[in-house]
Amino acid sequence: MFERVNVKLNVNGQAHELLVEPRKLLSDALREDCRLTGTHVGCEHGVCGACTVLVDGRPARACLIYAVQMEGHAITTIEAIAAQGRLSALQEALHEEHGLQCGFCTPGIVMTFEAFLRKRPDPSEGEIRQTLSGNLCRCTGYHNIVAAIRKAAARMRGEENHAGA
Amino acid sequence: MKPAAFTYHRARSLADVFALLATHGDAAKVIAGGQSLGPMLNVRLAQPDHLIDLNDLHDLSYVRDAGTVIAVGALARHDDVASSELVRSACPLLAEAAGTVGHYAIRQRGTMGGSLAHADPAAQLPLVAVALNAEIDVASARGRRTLPARDFFVSVMTTALEAEEIIVEVRFPRLGAREGSAFELFSRRHGDFAIVAAAATVALDGGRRVARVGLTVGGVDAVPVSLEELAPRFVGREANAEWCAGFAQAARERIEPADDPRIPAEYRRELCAALARRALERAIAQAIGR
Repeated sequence: MFERVNVKLNVNGQAHELLVEPRKLLSDALREDCRLTGTHVGCEHGVCGACTVLVDGRPARACLIYAVQMEGHAITTIEAIAAQGRLSALQEALHEEHGLQCGFCTPGIVMTFEAFLRKRPDPSEGEIRQTLSGNLCRCTGYHNIVAAIRKAAARMRGEENHAGA
Repeated sequence: MKPAAFTYHRARSLADVFALLATHGDAAKVIAGGQSLGPMLNVRLAQPDHLIDLNDLHDLSYVRDAGTVIAVGALARHDDVASSELVRSACPLLAEAAGTVGHYAIRQRGTMGGSLAHADPAAQLPLVAVALNAEIDVASARGRRTLPARDFFVSVMTTALEAEEIIVEVRFPRLGAREGSAFELFSRRHGDFAIVAAAATVALDGGRRVARVGLTVGGVDAVPVSLEELAPRFVGREANAEWCAGFAQAARERIEPADDPRIPAEYRRELCAALARRALERAIAQAIGR
C-alpha cells in the first residue's frame, strides 16, 4: 500500500541512495537514512527553523521538503560546516559569545546565517534580528546570538576585532 | 506531524502538469515552494492522493520588464522578487511586501503563484495584487486566460482557479511619475500572518494635490478589501498629514472586521486607521521624490 521510491540525494557532496516513501520529510531522510543527525527536528511544520539546511545554497526548512523532491539538488547540512574539524567563523563566534546553551536550535541558526552573511556581509542589527526571527531559541534570549552573528560578520569581512581580548 | 501517504509526480513541463491534473483531478494537489501546502500536508489538513511538483518548471521562474508592467513568473521566489532591482524601482510596493512574507528561509522557497493560489486573507501578495489590480494568467489544457486580481480572490483560501488550472504569470503595473506606494503590516511576532495590513498608492499632480489614491486592507475580511469608493472624496485635495488622517479615519469606518475572541473588531479598526495613515504618509513622501 505504501509504495517506496528510489531517491538519489547529494548531501554535502556525497551521493546517497535511499528507498523511501514519497511522503518522507527531507529532515527525516537526512537523520534516519543518511545518518546525519546534526539537522534537528522541532515543530515539523516550518515554524521553528531547527531543521534549516541549504538547498542549492539557499536556506530551507527540511521539514517542508520531501526527500523525493531533492533529486538533482545539492543539500548542505551542519555536518559540512566544520568538515575539516575547524569551526567556521560563525560557529567560533557563537562559541565565544555564548550564543548557545542547549544547542538544539543552533544548527538551524548556523545554516541560516552561513547563507545570509554570504549574501549580506554587512547587515544591520535590525536585519540580523529580523532574519533570526525565523529560528526559535528557548534558552538564550537571542542577545548573545546577535552578538555572535555581528562578530562573525565583521571577521568574514576581514575586520578582525579584538573586542574579547 | 507526518503527511498522509501520496504518490509523487515530478512535472517536467506545463503539458505534464495539465496531463496529470486531467488524470487525477481533485485527488491531486500541485506543490511549488511548499511553504503553505507543506505545513497543511504535515498536519494533515490536506491529504491529496497525488502531489504534482512544479519546481522543475524553471521557465516560470522569472521577473521581467514587460513595458508598462512587471511580469512575474508563478515560480519566482519571494526573496528573488523582494531583492530584484527591477521590482524595487518599478514596483516598490511589491518588493516591500514580498520582503515581509514569513521568514528568510521561507522566502527562499515560497513562490508568487503559491501565495496567490493559497489565498490566505491576511497574506501580503494577494493584498498587493488587489491593491495594484494585477493581472493573473492561469492556464490549463484548455488554454490560458487572464483574471484581474480583484476577481481572482473569492473567499478565505478560495480563488477563481478551476480544478485543472494553475497560475503561470502575474503582471503588476509600473509605478508612475509622481506616484508613490507603501506597505504596512502589524503582527505580534515577526513572520506571523498580519492581523491587519495596508497597501497605499498615491499619485500627485504637478504640485502637492492628490491626483489618484488607492488603499487596500488585508486581514479584515475574507479577501483583501479595496477601498476605492473612498477615493473621490479625497482626490484633488492637498496631500498633507490632515488628509492622511482623514482618509485613514474613513477607511476605519468603512471596514467591517469580524469579532474574534482573541482580536476584537475594534482593535482591527484601530490598526486599520494607524496602518493606513502611515502607509499614506510614506506613499506621499515617495511620490514627492519621484
